[in-house]
Amino acid sequence: MDKGLSLRQVVIAKGGKTLLSLSHDIRPGEVLTVMGPSGIGKSTLLAFITGTLAPVFSATGEAWLDGRDITHAPPHQRRVGILFQDDLLFPHLSVGANLAFGMQPGGTAGERKARIANALAEVGLSGFADRDPATLSGGQKARVSLMRMLLSEPSALLLDEPFSRLDASRRTQVRDLVFDRARARHLPVLMVTHDADDAQTAGGVILTLGQ
Amino acid sequence: MLGPVVAGLLGTLLPAFGHLPVAGLTGPTLTAFYDLFEWGGLPRAMMLSISTGLLATSISLLIVMLVTAGWSGTWAFRTLERLLSPLLSVPHAAAAFGLAFLIAPSGWLARLASPVVTGWVRPPDLLIVQDTWGLTMTAGLIMKEIPFLLLLTLAALGQAESQRSVTVAQALGYGRVTGWLKTVFPRIYAQIRPPVYVVLAYSMSVVDVAIILGPNTPPSLSVQIVKWMSDPDLAMRLVAAAGALLQLGLVLGALLFWRMGEVLAAALGQRWIARGSRGGWDTVIARVSLMAGGGSALLVLLGLAVLAIWSFAGFWGFPDAFPDAFTLYNWARFGPGTLDALGETALIAGVVTSAALILTIGCLEAEYRYDLSLTRRTVWLLYLPLLIPQTAFLPGLQTLMLALGADVGRLPVILAHLVFVLPYVFLSLADPFRAWDKRMSTIATALLASPDGVLWRVRLPMLLRPILTALAVGLAVSVGQYLPTLLIGGGRVATLTTEAVSLASGGDRRAIAVYGLMQTGAALVPFALALLLPTLVWRNRKGLQHG
Repeated sequence: MDKGLSLRQVVIAKGGKTLLSLSHDIRPGEVLTVMGPSGIGKSTLLAFITGTLAPVFSATGEAWLDGRDITHAPPHQRRVGILFQDDLLFPHLSVGANLAFGMQPGGTAGERKARIANALAEVGLSGFADRDPATLSGGQKARVSLMRMLLSEPSALLLDEPFSRLDASRRTQVRDLVFDRARARHLPVLMVTHDADDAQTAGGVILTLGQ
Repeated sequence: MLGPVVAGLLGTLLPAFGHLPVAGLTGPTLTAFYDLFEWGGLPRAMMLSISTGLLATSISLLIVMLVTAGWSGTWAFRTLERLLSPLLSVPHAAAAFGLAFLIAPSGWLARLASPVVTGWVRPPDLLIVQDTWGLTMTAGLIMKEIPFLLLLTLAALGQAESQRSVTVAQALGYGRVTGWLKTVFPRIYAQIRPPVYVVLAYSMSVVDVAIILGPNTPPSLSVQIVKWMSDPDLAMRLVAAAGALLQLGLVLGALLFWRMGEVLAAALGQRWIARGSRGGWDTVIARVSLMAGGGSALLVLLGLAVLAIWSFAGFWGFPDAFPDAFTLYNWARFGPGTLDALGETALIAGVVTSAALILTIGCLEAEYRYDLSLTRRTVWLLYLPLLIPQTAFLPGLQTLMLALGADVGRLPVILAHLVFVLPYVFLSLADPFRAWDKRMSTIATALLASPDGVLWRVRLPMLLRPILTALAVGLAVSVGQYLPTLLIGGGRVATLTTEAVSLASGGDRRAIAVYGLMQTGAALVPFALALLLPTLVWRNRKGLQHG
């Protein structure tokens, strides 16, 4: 498979005990949902793919992205985007500067500013560039966080329980937005969650761990 | 950082056994120890070292624990917390001078109470400051150790979920103080044990406070060691080295004694907990401890006030409560001299603290990137330079440098300061640095930032407040250093602290006041900036206002 995220015989273990093993191809625009109760090691799978697995875990197998083996690539060169349940916007930067942090370098200052404005408009936050992220609502922060990640032009998107902190009304809205934007950019998406509703809405293959 | 300590101890060990080639002496002999034991003041000097150390440590620890037990979470406690940074940054010497100017027979308190209350028209003939038993010196140490121990207790409290334990204990019918002592204290003490040992070792061997507040005939052992060191007769260095070894032995013995006391207290505590007594005197104990804690804070602040008054005082006869006139004359006379010393102080403190900060951030970042973790043992290693009495290894270091023909002066002083500044900077920054949310790094990395990019563009800006605080701590520690500056500088490096302490014997209160205030300012201004700057820089960033 050329395009997409491919996990080949990935086995993650801790102290000799296997936590999870998985082999799966995620095509561009598709979503793979990994479900299971907390503490089962779902997040370690994401850490394996982003290259931030803590040394207490050991992993075998390979991760390929768009025909490239990224298993041993430095984390910041993998082009794997990730969203957590917290927005994790940088508190010392304005909303616009947070987006600029994610954006690929290049272009004049004016062009970059315009792209930030477009990105904000895309998620209904026009005019928010100079705001302090701490003054935004939870749903607004989640949207900025999504656009920051997308502006870095990742080749895949990982979601770590991404909607569990949002209240019910915002949840549907943000969730639809994330899947919608990811599909529009033909990104392979890997989501870990314990929420059945999230898994259903994602509309892709669902793998359940710990059974 | 252990290098200088080990070298210093070695440099102490050799001359103590009669080996000092510079003076044409080769050992091994025991003459130095005979000379030492022949000194008539020795028993008293040893007693002083032990009594001040144990008293100052146990009393300040007791007050801090009881105040925290009885008041944490109340407005009174929050007031003390706010006073903490300024109180901590006041150098020991300045606080000691302030105390002396307050409680001496001709001090401010006597003046305020005379002649109406006391009937005194001239200063009474009482030996309060520099009393034979070293009680004033002990009080001066307690005053300064309380904020230090309180700061570390606060840091430990944050990790201990103390409030919930106390709530549970109170629901079970325990008084506030008793409940805290039975549930929270064991956890807190386990965390603050290394700094408690530091306080003990420091109080036993302090020099500057002892020169200002301690007895003269005989002085405390550490002061006598410094006197022998500055004797023109090089052979006296042998006696000094022997004394330094004795001082080291005393401190190690006292630490051992303290450790046994801990075991005993733990056993008694277990029984006390098992008995299930709910505590009947809690309110009284809490009130008394708050008065003691607040009183000691007040003494430091009043001391600074009386320094300020003396620095502007014209003629001030006893028993007037205030001087006849306030004048700028003292500042005009001593100000220029303090500016020279301030320049030297700032240069040394700036270089030392910058170096310490770079080393600290380098260590912490390496620990983070390569997933190294500091064990409990490595934490003790950090505290080691603070646990070995300064008088035990600094004289040796100086002798060694002399033997190697190395020049005394500014650079060696900077290196010597680093030994004492680095642990404080590290301990001050380590917790906030490690508490930083690592997912921030994962996100920034996913946004294609390199590890260095994450450090410079995300982590350090977010940690601006704790970094500046660590910087202020480092500067204050360096500003307050007396013995390393004096001994390693060979008396040729004049900082505000060495100048102020050298004025102690002269007794010119106006000069002392000006130098003491400048010394306090040099330590206090960085703290104020550390509070102010992040608030200014991040004034539009709510998420970092209370980091």
